[in-house]
Amino acid sequence: MSDGVMSRTLPASAAARWLPWALLGLLALLPVVGAEMGLDYYVGFVRRMLIVMIAATGLNFILGYGGMAALGHAGFIGVGAYTVVALVDAGASSAWAAWGAAVLVSGAFAALIGAVTLRTRGVYFLMITLAFAQMLYYLAVSLSAYGGDDGYGLYSPLELGFGRTTGDAAVFFWVVLALAALVFAFASRAAVSRFGHALMGIRDNETRMEAMGYPVYRLKLVAFTGAGALAGLAGALLASHNNFVSPATMHWTESATLLVMVVLGGLGRRWGAVLGVAVWLALSEVLKLYTEYWHWPLGLMLIAVVFVAPRGLAGLFERRKA
Amino acid sequence: MDPIFIFEQLLNGVGYGLMLFLLAAGLTLVFGIMDTMNLAHGSLYMAGAYIAARVHEAGGSFVGAVLVAVAATVLVAFLLELLIVRKLYARDHLAQVIATFGVILIADDAVKAVWGPSPLMATTPAALAGPVQLLPELPYPAYRLVLLAVGLLVAVGLYVLVNHTRVGMLVRAGASNRPMAEFMGVRVGRVFSFVFALGAALAALAGALMGPISAVQIGMGEAILIPALVVIVIGGIGSVRGAFVAALLVGLVDTAGRAFLPPLLRSVLPPALAADLGPAFAGIAMYVLMAAVLILKPAGLFPARA
Repeated sequence: MSDGVMSRTLPASAAARWLPWALLGLLALLPVVGAEMGLDYYVGFVRRMLIVMIAATGLNFILGYGGMAALGHAGFIGVGAYTVVALVDAGASSAWAAWGAAVLVSGAFAALIGAVTLRTRGVYFLMITLAFAQMLYYLAVSLSAYGGDDGYGLYSPLELGFGRTTGDAAVFFWVVLALAALVFAFASRAAVSRFGHALMGIRDNETRMEAMGYPVYRLKLVAFTGAGALAGLAGALLASHNNFVSPATMHWTESATLLVMVVLGGLGRRWGAVLGVAVWLALSEVLKLYTEYWHWPLGLMLIAVVFVAPRGLAGLFERRKA
Repeated sequence: MDPIFIFEQLLNGVGYGLMLFLLAAGLTLVFGIMDTMNLAHGSLYMAGAYIAARVHEAGGSFVGAVLVAVAATVLVAFLLELLIVRKLYARDHLAQVIATFGVILIADDAVKAVWGPSPLMATTPAALAGPVQLLPELPYPAYRLVLLAVGLLVAVGLYVLVNHTRVGMLVRAGASNRPMAEFMGVRVGRVFSFVFALGAALAALAGALMGPISAVQIGMGEAILIPALVVIVIGGIGSVRGAFVAALLVGLVDTAGRAFLPPLLRSVLPPALAADLGPAFAGIAMYVLMAAVLILKPAGLFPARA
């Protein structure tokens, strides 16, 4: 990491600390307001945004705090999504069971893949995580029982308990919002915990942490597994959100976009990943309305961020230590 | 499987490998010397393919079209280096990945605006459209033979340039230890600009030559970028020799996987399962190769830095 990008900053003011949570609380009103004003499409859009934020939060944790540049995160999203497909195909109908299983299975995949890949560093790590994600991609393409290349439609909504299902747009929105809030809270706790500090120490100087007796490899593996499990949760929610799963979810450009969103928002910043996802998805959505050439403004923005705001968008809001 | 089919596929694999080498050579030198990851290398390949296809269509001369494509792409690369890549040397890999990913997004939209969203049909030059009788029972497309010849010629040329000229010596010095080369008075920045332009020329050449036997379309740069990255990682970043060996390996493994694995699986597995697994194994083969090499030799086959 280049100097300065990761510099420590002053603790945020109380207002800045509570503002994101207040905004999340306000979002809970969206389904009610949206139903009144006929904005159902946007309720769905924000729901998708929240789901992607869950995955990005995990990636921000290993990349921003742990310095592990993984280019295969979409693979774990896919594992989560296909776990839901497999369970539904076998007759399962409980959302919680399916999503829970997705978290466990993708966590297990992440633990196995991490055990092999975490022995490499830097660009080699980037490439080997990409390689494993590509293997998962081709595996999904070959699963003809689940539609292969064409994907798999999930036609009946899953049960959320109390007679509600994921087919109920508002209820599903609140469930996603609550899960996302839980994940954000957990991630910001973890970042300031002993574990989080040890991880940042490893990012800054692995040799020193090793010499001080920290189990470097094990700490990285735990973080990598956790991020993989979160990606699996996002994948499972995405499957229920789209009522459809296909290998395209796991394509390498999806992993790259996730990486781009995290860096855009601000690496290792508490709300960086969330901000990056919100800005990237909202901008693409708006640009698509006006032009079919909606990629280049995003590209220009990325170049601008790299040169003008190297600490990401979240970095723009920070007070810097003198 | 009959030996003729196997031989034909192996030739195809070598041809694909040589084209991968043209791409990977520039990529590995840029990476090796300036520690700069340039994802937009695939976009230069796309530029070469598009320009060659359109100029060939308009002008009729294939050789002329290839030369125009190479020259125009080098010009684009010169601007790219001046405006963006040069400012990225001192930054970390992630910043380079993000900025050059931005360049990809812009390049794809620019190509769409100029040449439209649908794929182009790049025609094989008329003189090379027919087959050549290699063996009594093996007709082989003349164009693919030319591809093999050009690829080998460029590889030999690069070998001489890198190993037996003064510029090549500076390039190798920069790749193996840049700070030391700078201390000794090498203007690494200038060497790098040369290498970047050379890499762009090779990428454009590969794009122009691959046009007639692949699809000239938006996204072709991203599709070929991944195998090219796999090649430089297997070969050892910064090593042209490594890129050559790895490119042939990847070309052969990928082509052989696609050609031989499905029939092989059909002969040992139930047909339904074989139909599922064949394409999957073929797609995965290249990545398994990379994972295996990295586990045995974490810095690739021919690490440039001792």
